Amino acid sequence: MRLVVNGLASIRSGRPVFSGLGFELHSGEAMAVTGPNGVGKSSLLRIIAGLLPASEGKVALEGGDAEASLGEEAHYLGHRDALKPSLSPVETLSFWQSMLGRPLLDPDKALTQVGLGHAAHLPSAYLSAGQRRRLALARLLVSRRPVWLLDEPTSALDAASEAMFNGLVGEHVASGGMVLVATHTPLGFSARSLAMQGGA
Amino acid sequence: MAAFLAVFRRDLVLGARIGGGAGVGLVFFLMLVTIMPFAVGPDMVLLARIGPAILWVAALLATLIGLDRLFQADDEDGSLDLLRMSPLPLPLIVLSKGLAHWISTGLPLALAAPFLGLLLALEPKALLAVTVTLLVGTPALTFIGAIGAALTAGMRRGGLILSVLVMPLMIPVLIFGISATSAALGGTIPFMTPFSILIALTLFAFVSGTVAATLAIQNAEG
Repeated sequence: MRLVVNGLASIRSGRPVFSGLGFELHSGEAMAVTGPNGVGKSSLLRIIAGLLPASEGKVALEGGDAEASLGEEAHYLGHRDALKPSLSPVETLSFWQSMLGRPLLDPDKALTQVGLGHAAHLPSAYLSAGQRRRLALARLLVSRRPVWLLDEPTSALDAASEAMFNGLVGEHVASGGMVLVATHTPLGFSARSLAMQGGA
Repeated sequence: MAAFLAVFRRDLVLGARIGGGAGVGLVFFLMLVTIMPFAVGPDMVLLARIGPAILWVAALLATLIGLDRLFQADDEDGSLDLLRMSPLPLPLIVLSKGLAHWISTGLPLALAAPFLGLLLALEPKALLAVTVTLLVGTPALTFIGAIGAALTAGMRRGGLILSVLVMPLMIPVLIFGISATSAALGGTIPFMTPFSILIALTLFAFVSGTVAATLAIQNAEG
């Protein structure tokens, strides 16, 4: 399975963000997307996720389910954690599991993996920023998706949680998954690098 | 189907919990209806005559309360992005959210109407007619409102614009809801004539509201 991006261009409210972007990502590979603020890292991930239309170019997942769109083959972790304050972590994960389909881990097991087992039944409103981020990461574990699109995944995470996150990505890559990470901080796992430059 | 029910259940739970705001519309409805006798005066005959109209207008206004959060809440916290990426087609997500919203906000209005009708000195037949027409008509109000809710999801203070946007579209529902009620209480036209049109409006709102809200969400960014 491989993700092919070809001649991609993005225009946001009349301003060209990037153009002529192309790369390939194969099964079992991770790629770090780096570059200064406003260069279009988030836009790139949102275009691949199918949340934003590309003004030019194509994104395709070759060797995947022909019936499924790329969005259905990908997990997207954006800046916002997509949590409801009044739902507990278990309720949140169970919801996303039945919503996204292709179940992988039990919500309880996924929470233990990210170190939130003790807070499983607490309303999410009581979680700290780092715990909320870990709960958002746990969402990646409850449903099977070959492609992970992560936008600044380690923001608000402490050192231990970052190590936990590196482990999760490592496992996903080892099992033949693909990971695309937009980041400013050095990653704790080996990844190819895609440096985006301003004005390109 | 599992995903459809998952959204439906989640929205019902969210509406019922603290901060969900499902009860606010009902309380607002209660307030609107109870202040009417104070404004109109203790003229029982007059109140009974305009009672169905008061209940319908109050139900329409109460529907607008809380509609702004229908998609805005999911848009703000990023849930809408993930919902859009799920295998369940977006129109079905919109339909599911709309139905859940109606059950937690519209249905209580219809069920409370006969009790509030007593405050307006409505006769039993009128109570029944208002309840039945509200039961059939409030889904139309919710789904017409969903169009506005989807259009204003990314806006600050979108609730005000939403009301201005969708209220004109709700007028046909109001007209046929009230005319069906008056027809039930006697008059020249049979009850079923305006009532069938009300049913048609609701069915039409299910489809057009779902499709229009879907398009609005899909084209919100670009």
